[in-house]
Amino acid sequence: MKNRIYYGAIVLLVVFGCLPLFDSSYALRIGTFACMYAIMAVSWTVIGGFTGYPSFGTAAFFGFGAYCGGMLINKGWPLFAAAGAAGAAAFVSALVLGIVLLRLRGHYFAIASLAVAEVLREVTNSATELTGGGMGLNIPVSVTGSNSVMDEASFFFWAMWALLLLTFMAVRVIQESKLGFGLICIKQNESAADMIGVNATIYKSLAFAFSGVFVAMAGALYAAWVHYIEPPDVFDILFAVKPIVMALLGGLGSPAGAVLGAFVFLGIEEMVWRNYLQIHSGVLGLLVVVLLLFLPNGMMSISKRLGLTGGHRG
Amino acid sequence: MAEVLVLEGVSRRFGGVQALQDVSLSVGSGEILGLIGPNGAGKTTLVNVVTGVRRASAGRVMFEGRNITALQPYQTARAGLARTFQIVQPFPDLTALDNVAAAALFSQRGMSPASARDFAASQLEFVGLGQHAAKPAHTLTLAMRKRLELAKAVAMKPKLLFLDEVNAGLNASEVDHAMVLIHEIAQRGITIVLIEHLMKVVLTVCSRVVVLQNGALIADGTPQEIVNDRRVVEAYLGKKYAQLSAATS
Amino acid sequence: MLIFQILLNAIVLGSLYACIAAGFSLVWGVLNVINLMHGSFIVLGSYLAWGAYNALGLAPWTSLLIAAPVFFCLGYAIQRGILNRVIAAPVLVTLTLTFGLDLMLNNAMLVAFKADYRQLVLDPSLGSLSVGSLVVPIDRIVATVFSLLLTLALFLVLRRSRVGRAIVAVRMDRDASRLMGVDVPSIYATAFGLGAAMAGCAGVLLAMIFPISPIASGSYLGKAFVVCVLGGLGSVPGAVVGGLFLGIVESFGSLAFGPEHAITLSFGLLIVFLIVRPQGLLGKQGFE
Repeated sequence: MKNRIYYGAIVLLVVFGCLPLFDSSYALRIGTFACMYAIMAVSWTVIGGFTGYPSFGTAAFFGFGAYCGGMLINKGWPLFAAAGAAGAAAFVSALVLGIVLLRLRGHYFAIASLAVAEVLREVTNSATELTGGGMGLNIPVSVTGSNSVMDEASFFFWAMWALLLLTFMAVRVIQESKLGFGLICIKQNESAADMIGVNATIYKSLAFAFSGVFVAMAGALYAAWVHYIEPPDVFDILFAVKPIVMALLGGLGSPAGAVLGAFVFLGIEEMVWRNYLQIHSGVLGLLVVVLLLFLPNGMMSISKRLGLTGGHRG
Repeated sequence: MAEVLVLEGVSRRFGGVQALQDVSLSVGSGEILGLIGPNGAGKTTLVNVVTGVRRASAGRVMFEGRNITALQPYQTARAGLARTFQIVQPFPDLTALDNVAAAALFSQRGMSPASARDFAASQLEFVGLGQHAAKPAHTLTLAMRKRLELAKAVAMKPKLLFLDEVNAGLNASEVDHAMVLIHEIAQRGITIVLIEHLMKVVLTVCSRVVVLQNGALIADGTPQEIVNDRRVVEAYLGKKYAQLSAATS
Repeated sequence: MLIFQILLNAIVLGSLYACIAAGFSLVWGVLNVINLMHGSFIVLGSYLAWGAYNALGLAPWTSLLIAAPVFFCLGYAIQRGILNRVIAAPVLVTLTLTFGLDLMLNNAMLVAFKADYRQLVLDPSLGSLSVGSLVVPIDRIVATVFSLLLTLALFLVLRRSRVGRAIVAVRMDRDASRLMGVDVPSIYATAFGLGAAMAGCAGVLLAMIFPISPIASGSYLGKAFVVCVLGGLGSVPGAVVGGLFLGIVESFGSLAFGPEHAITLSFGLLIVFLIVRPQGLLGKQGFE
């Protein structure tokens, strides 16, 4: 993506990200969520954008990470170690699961990835001694060591923001690497990719694993931040769908676009939430429908029409 | 002459259809072998079995002395086998350069995306597509796409190259150009197996020809021997014609 | 005999599941669209039955006569007006689009009807039938019979009617059908309309047995998915086989593991089938 608009936007947003030190815990809260969703959208781009496999597994990774992280923190692990472990566990599990799951394509893969979240949710619900089951998991530990609301808010904002930077850089590295090249070839024509020497099975599994590792870490951060999680909350299907919409909004296949899409979408959603609480999900639905019908290339459609984009890379 | 590829009793079934029946043949290093036969004879299936797209139901495939019968397509690609497709299969949205670079990157050792792109540029020059390097593959004409396919195959630095109907859909001058390219590829030391319908091409380019019919090998010899072989004539033109031509020759 | 009671339960559930899934399977098989509104259509159908009974005194089986055309028109309009614009788009887009539409529909129902569960209580009650030691509530028998009749009706429409044959042709080969003079967009809309009609009618029948709330739409959708994968896509017999299979698994599974694990069981089965036999028990290789 040599698109100046995108790089400009990203730099701007990154800088903006530092600015909500305006002593507003509300702004910090929105900012933290924005970074969290951006992490999900950028991660999803690896499997959905580069490789072309429509994964609805983000909810599974998020919930998995939230519970792993939460349980480890309760055992006394420091936050970053717990998040790291959650990420590593997600990576390995996704790699193994991916080998089986990624034999499916299109709709079948989409459903299977969604079903994984459902199964995980049910299993978490049942394993009461371990996870608290339907009563949820309490994480009373304060990782910041401070009781101040502002301190907590700032800390988690910085943490999520840092994780977003890490995710973005990692995905960009993947995009320019041999792995990224291979994934794009797989998306274009999987059997032709096989024939030129791409080990599609491993590559797809790696893509799936990378699409989950940072999401799981974000889940762990989330658990520590909100101090209480329960299965329907962290395995919510919306965590699977919203990142996709955000990535589409930003232009499929573009990590920078995904970040932009996440920030914009969340901004719109926040305005809607504040003004139309009762019909919130309906308006969200309308947003999705309008987006898909009229902006098929996401915001790229707008920037193309305004003549802002040079060429575009697939 | 060293044998690069040896098939021993290779068979392949698809449900009720015996696509390949006990095929045994060998390909010598540096040969240009013609593989001909009527439609549905099993030529493409043979290529699929050798490259690993399909598994042989029986028999063995030996490549450079190594048993490759059970290998996956990406493994045979890395081992030195390349092929083109009858219906060209480029990466449509990628540029011609990236198409060829991909082939080089994944089948050769020690390549990076950057070095693969450099190498790809020279391969594109070789097939005469140099000035189209930056164009997306789907914008190229059929003849150009066939050459792109050739460039990709050659970029894999294969030891053996299967060319599956490279001339289908090309006009006479395009066919001549393709022939020149095939000669140049052979001169690089790459063994070629040419699946062809155009007799003119087979007779001028190939040093040896094998004939498949209904999955079985029915003839193996020089082009001249094949053309006069009664079974071959029968396979293509029917028993009556074979009898007639045998009677009159 | 406990086993007969469970078997009977399985047949009741299975028939309902088949009816729920048949329309969903048709749309998925013909248009290659997973209609995430299906569950909400079903719930809407249940509300229609409830409203018709409480306001007009219409029995559920009579409401079917209203539900079918109303939902058909609704489905036809949605497909023609909205979905048709993205019919050639990748799976991702159509899935997310129907998700967005479902959010709207579901939210509308929540606002209109509130989330509290309602029950359609027939007065006088239909009672139960006792055969030996087996006890079967008559409303379940009625629901089962009508589910099977509806499913059969869909099957006959696809087999015998001109429109039905056109739908099957489009499913097998869209381009060839076009060349034969079939108006493909119209067929797509008709198929979607039929799917919606089946959903609405299934909802009417379900209202006799299960409580009604917009919250239930997700679980109906989930059942439809599982049945389609188990039985095979795009064919009515597939939906029947899948439905019965799921009914049996759930009924015996409840006995073995307890009813709270029914959902896990069905999703686990879904994953297993997707991995081992994605085309389902009856299907040939389905759409991607």
